[in-house]
Amino acid sequence: MQWMVWTLPTAIFFSSIASILAGMTVWQVISPTVERKGFLPIATTRGDRLFIGLLSSAYIHLGVVGFTDLSLWLALGFCVLWMAILMRWG
Amino acid sequence: MNKVENNKAWFLVLPMLLLVAFSAIIPLMTVVNYSVQDILGRSAFFVGSEWFVQTLNDSRLQSALMRQFAFSFTILAIQVPLGIAIALLMPKKGWQASAVLILITLPLLVPWNVVGSMWQIFTRGDIGLMGYGIRQLGYPYNITRNASDAWITIIIMDVWHWTPLIALLCYSGLRAIPEAYYQAAQIDRASKWAVFRYIQLPKLTNVLVIGVLLRFMHSFMIYAEPFVLTGGGPGSSTTFLSQTLATMAIGQQDLGPSAAFSIIYFLIILAVSYVFYVTIMNMQKDKADNISGGA
Repeated sequence: MQWMVWTLPTAIFFSSIASILAGMTVWQVISPTVERKGFLPIATTRGDRLFIGLLSSAYIHLGVVGFTDLSLWLALGFCVLWMAILMRWG
Repeated sequence: MNKVENNKAWFLVLPMLLLVAFSAIIPLMTVVNYSVQDILGRSAFFVGSEWFVQTLNDSRLQSALMRQFAFSFTILAIQVPLGIAIALLMPKKGWQASAVLILITLPLLVPWNVVGSMWQIFTRGDIGLMGYGIRQLGYPYNITRNASDAWITIIIMDVWHWTPLIALLCYSGLRAIPEAYYQAAQIDRASKWAVFRYIQLPKLTNVLVIGVLLRFMHSFMIYAEPFVLTGGGPGSSTTFLSQTLATMAIGQQDLGPSAAFSIIYFLIILAVSYVFYVTIMNMQKDKADNISGGA
């Protein structure tokens, strides 16, 4: 794996993404998602909310890292919370 | 009645997934790996988020991004209405239809670099038809000196190159509308505008979604044409994102910062495309709900 120049943080990052996707697949098989309308302006399925959550988390991290001096762990914590809210009520 | 659920068909997607893994996912992962390291020759040092801080606060990149958005939205605002208008004016059948189709398609067949060179010659003040012509009219047209001349020329070039795509998509969309709709409109003595607004435009939504998305992504990644035509100048007035990125990655060999920049670039395209897609798909769904609710 030398040619892909892996580092521990990026490996952890991609394994978590992969396990989230795997988890979502298992969840979908056990209880298929129902499209519904929450506080987001559009009706979404579970996968839509995950995608919106991940994308907005990326932007939150970029905002924090680029324009504030706050710790990235704070951004991560906030994003996990935001993700939970989005998945439950989005 | 119980619906039988069978998901075996998903296994047929596996070869495609494998292909995408090699063509897109693995390279993207490599870029992410690069973006957190300082790579010097064969050795690499982990630097964390340093490149992201640097990239996000780089004023050169910020202004390239602004220019990029201005460019993409300008060409969309011109190409979409113009493409629809051309499609509406195109002959519907007979040899004229084939002839016009071929003529319209021609610019799409020209390779990007060639488009740039063609326009480079076309706009020259001494030998180019357009450049010479405009100068004869009394305006000192010069794309290597005057930033707004360069801008307008690049926009005209892109409109010339890509409006045919929108026109072709719309043309095929228009041909797919059953004659019965027009007959019904005629019975109601609908005006031409009403036919366009309530029959043709709604039926074009699907092809327009694809057209707008393709054009947005294309124009957001535009590289060869302005690079050949103006080289990004005068100054940096027509340096768009791809060119800035190429200068960083290939010119200066700054792999880490350019990887960070690529990820940001990718995220912007992803977000804008997703918003476009969701908005337009939702407009359609609302319309369908209204129709079924009203009936």
